[in-house]
Amino acid sequence: MDIHEYQAKEILSGYGVKIAEGGMAYSPAEAVQRARDIGGHLWAVKAQIHSGARGKAGGIKICKTHDEVEAAAEALLGKRLITHQTGPAGKVCGRLYIEAGTDIVKELYFCFLVDRSSERIVMVGSAQGGMEIEDLAENNPDAITKIYIEPAVGLQDYQAREMAFAMGLDPELMSHAVKTIRGCYRALRELDVSMLEINPLVVTRSGELIALDAKMGFDDNALFRQQKISELRDKTQEDPREMAAADRGLSYVGLDGDIGCMINGAGLAMATMDMIKLAGGEPANFLDVGGGASAERTEKAFRLVLADKGVKAMLVNIFAGINRCDWIAEGVVEAVKKIDMKIPLIVRLSGTNVEEGRRIIQESGLPIITAETLAEAAEKAVQARNAVVAKEAAQGA
Amino acid sequence: MAILIDETTRIIVQGFTGKIGSFHAQDMINYGSNVVGGITPGKGGQTHLGLPVFNTVKEAVREVGAKASIIFVPPAFAADSIMEAADAGIKYCVAITDGIPTQDMMTVKNFLRRFPIEQRMILTGPNCAGTISPWRAMLGIMPGHIYMKGNVGIVGRSGTLGYEAADQMKRLNIGISTSVGIGGDPINGSSHRDILEKFEADPETKVVLMIGEIGGPQEVEAGIFAREHMTKPVIAYIAGLTAPEGRRMGHAGAIISSAGESAAEKVALLRELGVTICPTPAAMGDTVAAVLAKL
Repeated sequence: MDIHEYQAKEILSGYGVKIAEGGMAYSPAEAVQRARDIGGHLWAVKAQIHSGARGKAGGIKICKTHDEVEAAAEALLGKRLITHQTGPAGKVCGRLYIEAGTDIVKELYFCFLVDRSSERIVMVGSAQGGMEIEDLAENNPDAITKIYIEPAVGLQDYQAREMAFAMGLDPELMSHAVKTIRGCYRALRELDVSMLEINPLVVTRSGELIALDAKMGFDDNALFRQQKISELRDKTQEDPREMAAADRGLSYVGLDGDIGCMINGAGLAMATMDMIKLAGGEPANFLDVGGGASAERTEKAFRLVLADKGVKAMLVNIFAGINRCDWIAEGVVEAVKKIDMKIPLIVRLSGTNVEEGRRIIQESGLPIITAETLAEAAEKAVQARNAVVAKEAAQGA
Repeated sequence: MAILIDETTRIIVQGFTGKIGSFHAQDMINYGSNVVGGITPGKGGQTHLGLPVFNTVKEAVREVGAKASIIFVPPAFAADSIMEAADAGIKYCVAITDGIPTQDMMTVKNFLRRFPIEQRMILTGPNCAGTISPWRAMLGIMPGHIYMKGNVGIVGRSGTLGYEAADQMKRLNIGISTSVGIGGDPINGSSHRDILEKFEADPETKVVLMIGEIGGPQEVEAGIFAREHMTKPVIAYIAGLTAPEGRRMGHAGAIISSAGESAAEKVALLRELGVTICPTPAAMGDTVAAVLAKL
């Protein structure tokens, strides 16, 4: 789960990380009020969306007058911002963070994340902040310092100092840097953070070390013990279909193709989607219905896939283990009757009680296309999709 | 032979008396696994499914000589159960539980590393379907009847995709020595590489099918191990050709977050390392058959 910059800053500030003065605004008038409250002659109006690289997408505006703050707020609120992290659909900005302008001397990169190879937390830093770390890693890998934390003893001061020196900080800032780094580490451990990025971490003219941006991602598996973090969820930043799926205990990811999928198991789902692509089609979604594919769950899954109006054909691929094919077949037949499907449906069942499952589908009298193997299922789905598209084209012409 | 488990392996079930634990314990017993008891703290001394229930894993090791365990404990308590098993002297543990916090798994791995290698418990999972040595023992939740006994080792992250592979092979009359599910989480007990090492040492296994997916470095690490330390052919399929970057595809570990983690990149690297690639997920059985025919 991701949170907004202002939320991350509020959390980190509680752990001793310095941030610039700022406040939230939901309207241009509020934005101006925040600027007045903060005072001074320089403000940053920052769109709050769940994505990095907001600056490049025009989501951060530097303002010198209250009128400029108002204009910036008007321009940003309700705007759809597209970055390389949001994908082409972009994300709509519904909240602004108004922050005091900072007189920057140096911009640094700093982050903590869970490293899969070493199975440890790794601290990453660079004297070259502001850039995307991916670009930096590609163009100048030597400019990046990585320090691994021993889980049993945790982060030590010498490691924080090593990082501070590697980021090119002056000795006068050392104790401040150690406090900042330790604070971030404590937040990470106590709150089940999977990724914490401060980019840039800046040194100001007045010699302070400030988190100018902050991004935090949390381990979904640990949210059961992080009640306060769960409450920070901003549902407007998440795909409504994915959320609806999650609420129903299904795992869904919307994609750009037009062959809808319903499969049990994440690996088999990915493999089936691969097969569709290799057969010349494009999957409309990833959908894992999990182990217990009951009739009720099957119907919910069908509705979810068909809610995408671009779907031209639907493929069901279930390998029954603990499940039984006859139960799944009954669920599919029931769902099709209830929903009144208008597009072709291809069903491939395998595993426990497969003959019985196939018999139920055949005897249902419904126009369901059946397949025995994975390859056959994908080919039939692509053929059915192509037939629908050809028919639509003929009708349109 | 086979690896990790056979018909003699003395198995206990952690989370024995719960609904899920009971169901799968019975299924394992029916399959022929040597289940000797289970653990449910507070229910020690009772009998469940005709077998003794213990309060602690240590008791089960002492009283019934338990050597392997399977964990059906809910996510919040699963890491604790894994560490209890390791401390009690269990040799091999399968964690079925889905949804264990990543930092808990970091603690588990760190805890395991404290034991000298010869005493260290082998862990597979979490978030996996378990391990099966066909017609000898099943320590998992898979449909046992789809696996034929034979000489191909399978290691994979996904449950149902592993079933698909076993099913394709059965249609071609190809059997399996052992099939190991290592789970879909970013930090797991054993890696692809760890399991390849076991298959290399098993005289019964002639070739290994590795079923990987997008995300993380484990498949390529396994490929490097195969080139440098293995005499047996390794065949691989990597799922997730259509997965977009930055989107999690069901498994917590299936997310492309850095270079070399996409399916296409992994396939290219593995091919360079001499691993035979299954061109499609529908061709896992045929690819294994072709490699076996050349032996």
